[in-house]
Amino acid sequence: MRQPLIFDSTLRDGSHAVKQNLTEKQIREYCKAIDGCGNYVCIVGHGNGLGASSIQMGLSGLDEIDMLKIAREELKKTSLGAFITVGFGTIKNQIIPAIEAGATIFCVACHCTEADTTKPHISYLVSKGIEVYGVLMMYHMASKERLLDEAKKIESYGAKGVILMDSAGTSTLEKVKDVVGYLSSELNITIGFHSHNNFGMAVALSYVAYQSGADIMDGTLRGFGSGAGNCQLEALVALFEKEGIKSGVNLKKMLEVSEKIVQPMWEYKTPVNDISIVSGYAGVVSTVKHKVLKIAQEYHVSGSDIFLELGKRNVIAGEDDVILEVAEKLKSKMLSH
Amino acid sequence: MIRAKIGILGTGNIGTDLLMKILNTKSLECTIFAGHNPDSANIKMVSDMGICTSVDGIEALVKYQNSIDIIIDATSAKAHLHHNKMLESLGKYVINLTPTETGKKCVPYINGDECVRCREVNMITCGGQATIPLAYAVLQTGCNVSYIETVSTISAKSAGKATRENIDEFIETTSGAMKMFTGVDKTKSIMIINPNEPPVNMRNTIYFQIDQGDFREICEIVGRTELQVKKYVPGYKIIVEPSFIDNILAITVEVSGNGDFLPEYAGNLDIITCAAIEMAEKYYNNVLIKER
Repeated sequence: MRQPLIFDSTLRDGSHAVKQNLTEKQIREYCKAIDGCGNYVCIVGHGNGLGASSIQMGLSGLDEIDMLKIAREELKKTSLGAFITVGFGTIKNQIIPAIEAGATIFCVACHCTEADTTKPHISYLVSKGIEVYGVLMMYHMASKERLLDEAKKIESYGAKGVILMDSAGTSTLEKVKDVVGYLSSELNITIGFHSHNNFGMAVALSYVAYQSGADIMDGTLRGFGSGAGNCQLEALVALFEKEGIKSGVNLKKMLEVSEKIVQPMWEYKTPVNDISIVSGYAGVVSTVKHKVLKIAQEYHVSGSDIFLELGKRNVIAGEDDVILEVAEKLKSKMLSH
Repeated sequence: MIRAKIGILGTGNIGTDLLMKILNTKSLECTIFAGHNPDSANIKMVSDMGICTSVDGIEALVKYQNSIDIIIDATSAKAHLHHNKMLESLGKYVINLTPTETGKKCVPYINGDECVRCREVNMITCGGQATIPLAYAVLQTGCNVSYIETVSTISAKSAGKATRENIDEFIETTSGAMKMFTGVDKTKSIMIINPNEPPVNMRNTIYFQIDQGDFREICEIVGRTELQVKKYVPGYKIIVEPSFIDNILAITVEVSGNGDFLPEYAGNLDIITCAAIEMAEKYYNNVLIKER
């Protein structure tokens, strides 16, 4: 039985859940508690990765490099990971300082059809002997054949694996099975899957991804993450355990960290609410939720309408500036009626 | 009237678009269109138009130096650094479109007149040409800006191999030039490549963190600047008027191309070739005519 590798993005995607305002105390407590739990890596930083702290995608409360340094001090057994999206951060300004801060595993992300933009970054990290994974975001926007071409590029740059992100939480079980199955039969490198919970299916989607050949399970404790949240790792690990699949995670400890440390960080009522269901339905990247709600309020238009319009326009990760344009259009349409 | 004689170095899409634009001016003519690729369809097309072409690159410019007033370099960063010494020795006015740090940083609307006096001008990046004029204008109102951020989205189809492999350089060059032109210390630049079909036009959003600002005055100067830039970049259009949320001012400007050689969605390429042509014409009007 293949051992699933647990990529813990609680302190990365989870940053979205608190509008990029994780505190030093929270990072410290979480890392101290989760260290050695059996997670392969703890990824820490802004929700959109290094260099993404911006008006466009939300300003970080803490400096991104300080976040890594704090985590570094507390993680003795579990590896420290950093995430970067090409176009937001650069090798010089972000990757080099993150290496110096002690990150030993990197995820380099791009929109699912633009893998060639990751070449300089992956190649640089590989040349430094650092373990690196390519990430294809918004994977639902490309065919499996195209995804394979893009994944092969990532493979050719020297990455150890490729992680598919269902960034909009809009997958079906059939789609995951089809795409992951196809890629795993054609690729030599490890495949990973990162799901979102817009339709309440994140754990199921990740489980099916594993069954179809993905070894990396990228998620967060409690599902703490952007939009409707992510694959809840402790639930997935429990499911694996029940099925006799050894993930190497100490489930009891993970449940404790989830309850005692992550639960208090997340002041939500129900993350799978009307707005995140519409978001998943429209196929819009989860990370824009707070900005959509804020602008909807400012412009007195409906957040759901904004999401549907963003979906029609096929916005990709990072295009948060379109929200304002859409809100203005909706408002002027409203006024003209 | 004698036209300014332009030598174009680089026969890729940018070089060819420059050539088409030159054909539409009254003051410029292309005397040599030189590159390195003997299989280039562009060279063949240009040669068929009766324009002198060569595959000897910089050597061709040396050979034809007596019939060149201005050299526009539309090669790559690597090539530019390689042949810059030779360009220098030719003593011609050089307009550099490669993502290198050499030459005086130039945004025609802001410092074009002053830039005709340098040996080499550097056209920064497409994102820089689109956003710096508006940022500069907002600063002119005397408001207190502590941070400027720009987000440029371009279509995947308009992003060639060089663009894709130089995204870091784009980010660093754009934010560095923004800092230089505005004097604002904290700047950031983001780039997004959008694969949608049909391809999207280039869009640029500029955010300012502002303490105090006269909104009416900002709107006015932004509107005036749009018209000024439009004079040399016809597809330059503000699509989200200045808007304030909390202490953040946002403006979005779209750039569609003129369709001279490159398709209309390639506003990101058009804006930099337009800016280069504007500088060639300025050099003609302010320097060449006076010398003659």
